Amino acid sequence: MKNRGRVFKYGDNVDTDVIIPARYLNSPDPEELAKYCMRDIDEDFVNKVKSGDIIVGGYNFGCGSSREHAPIAIRATGVSCVIAKTFARIFYRNAINTGLPIMECPEAVDGIDNGDEVEVDFKTGEIFNITKNTKYQAQPFPKFMEEIILAEGLVNHIKKSI
Amino acid sequence: MGMTMTQKILAAHAGLEKVEAGQLIEANLDLVLGNDVTTPVAINEFEKINVKDVFDKSKVAIVPDHFTPNKDIKTAQLCKMVREFANEKEIENYFEVGQMGIEHGLIPEKGLVVPGDVAIGADSHTCTYGALGAFSTGIGSTDMAAGMATGKCWFKVPSAIKFVLTGKPTKWVSGKDIILHIIGMIGVDGALYKSMEFVGDGIQHLSMDDRFTIANMAIEAGGKNGIFIVDDKTLDYVKEHSTKEYTIYTPDEDAVYDEVYEIDLSTIRPTVAFPHLPDNTRTIDEVRDIKIDQVVIGSCTNGRLDDLRVAAKIFKGRKVAKGVRVIVFPVTQKTYLQALREGLIEIFIEAGIVVSTPTCGPCLGGHMGILADGERAVATTNRNFVGRMGHPGSEVYLASPAVAAASALTGKITNPEDIM
Ligand code: SF4
Repeated sequence: MKNRGRVFKYGDNVDTDVIIPARYLNSPDPEELAKYCMRDIDEDFVNKVKSGDIIVGGYNFGCGSSREHAPIAIRATGVSCVIAKTFARIFYRNAINTGLPIMECPEAVDGIDNGDEVEVDFKTGEIFNITKNTKYQAQPFPKFMEEIILAEGLVNHIKKSI
Repeated sequence: MGMTMTQKILAAHAGLEKVEAGQLIEANLDLVLGNDVTTPVAINEFEKINVKDVFDKSKVAIVPDHFTPNKDIKTAQLCKMVREFANEKEIENYFEVGQMGIEHGLIPEKGLVVPGDVAIGADSHTCTYGALGAFSTGIGSTDMAAGMATGKCWFKVPSAIKFVLTGKPTKWVSGKDIILHIIGMIGVDGALYKSMEFVGDGIQHLSMDDRFTIANMAIEAGGKNGIFIVDDKTLDYVKEHSTKEYTIYTPDEDAVYDEVYEIDLSTIRPTVAFPHLPDNTRTIDEVRDIKIDQVVIGSCTNGRLDDLRVAAKIFKGRKVAKGVRVIVFPVTQKTYLQALREGLIEIFIEAGIVVSTPTCGPCLGGHMGILADGERAVATTNRNFVGRMGHPGSEVYLASPAVAAASALTGKITNPEDIM
């Protein structure tokens, strides 16, 4: 499970209000949400992002509200993965539950600049910065979460056990 | 090695003798909550799971509060979807406009959470009920769907930070100042993935409303939950509002904490969080000449009776400053009615304030008081992120009801001690 894309890099504490502002929460439709993703922090994001691209953030990515619209919006823009130093806990759950791949790796975040070409391997947790020719290893997921990810979300995982 | 309060509650709900920080468990739920923004997404997921009914009709609560009374056609459609689901599944605790309030004010008031419970809600401020000595935490819509279907939720058992509160706060210092002080001290990710446990004999000086405010903002420090030890005040509250059975948990003597902070409440000053993060705090003594356009008093953080009473005390017989718009929104219908009976609403209106029906409204930039580019607000809400209350170029300063009211009278951020 490898993926390659260009990086959009942001700072610490990227909150759910900038990922998808509340004024657009009047629709749960992923395509609709994707149109406004990151708008309040980077107006150009939705025009520039291409399928497979990667978002990189600092500490506490996704802090704030519990809106699952945030990982849903990111995924619907075509972003393949979010790499951050740490994730806010509700965003972390929501990403796993909705099947948005995320990776925690402070070293990679420090070593990746905006616009770099990066390849990630979700299976092994390897992050390869092609532009700079550097490699990083993300924390592996606990087995239980890996099962949810492999089932492509919590709902499918539960269906199997009901 | 002993367990924290949170760990004991989680162990009991997972049917385990003992749990440790980091352990993954599945816990039985006493309450699953959702609102008009998160429930529609949960309904879609619930339908995929292929179960007919929710696990327990009395243990699911749905409160349309974010965009209600419906602000436009799209939100009306969302609420219709939620209403139909609630009817079809015979959800006992569905609260329509007229009976509703902001969820985190309403749920304790309706007695739906009691000490020792495990509650999850598809809203990040579900951590509010920790004030009652319950474990409660925010989750997403998919977790809500799974919770409604199975009555269970997976958790990673959190480690904890202990806050030992001592001393008595001074006159104009409230729960809001205490929690802003704490967030300023540990940062917006200072309690990431962790429980914040509040103990110590300073707690006796905090009303239940103060405790709700403090637990409410645990999430603003990144916390999984905030939880208070149970005392007589808690039990009085529970007896007044609920007939549910409760269990009191206390932390073990030898419970392990990542950190312990001792905080003397008598030294805390009125505190304000500057844009654009709740940890960007200053004491009122460090604030100079910040002119404001709007004041918002209310929300699930500070829309309770204590909050309205303090504000009314300051507004009584006075008028808001020229050029400042002031909006008060009580947290529930019951709070609204009581405020009316006590004459607080009259004081507000005579001061030149608008009083809104209970709704999340301006708190999340939904409706009822959105900010324009370059405008500044003092709000008793809990988040001051970029664009939270409207235009990305607007600014939100978080403060207590007392500071907000004093500021409304002068048109700039003001220490209540200076005018009272
Ligand atoms: S009042 Fe604000 S913080 Fe509280 S539930 Fe409503 S939107 Fe969320």
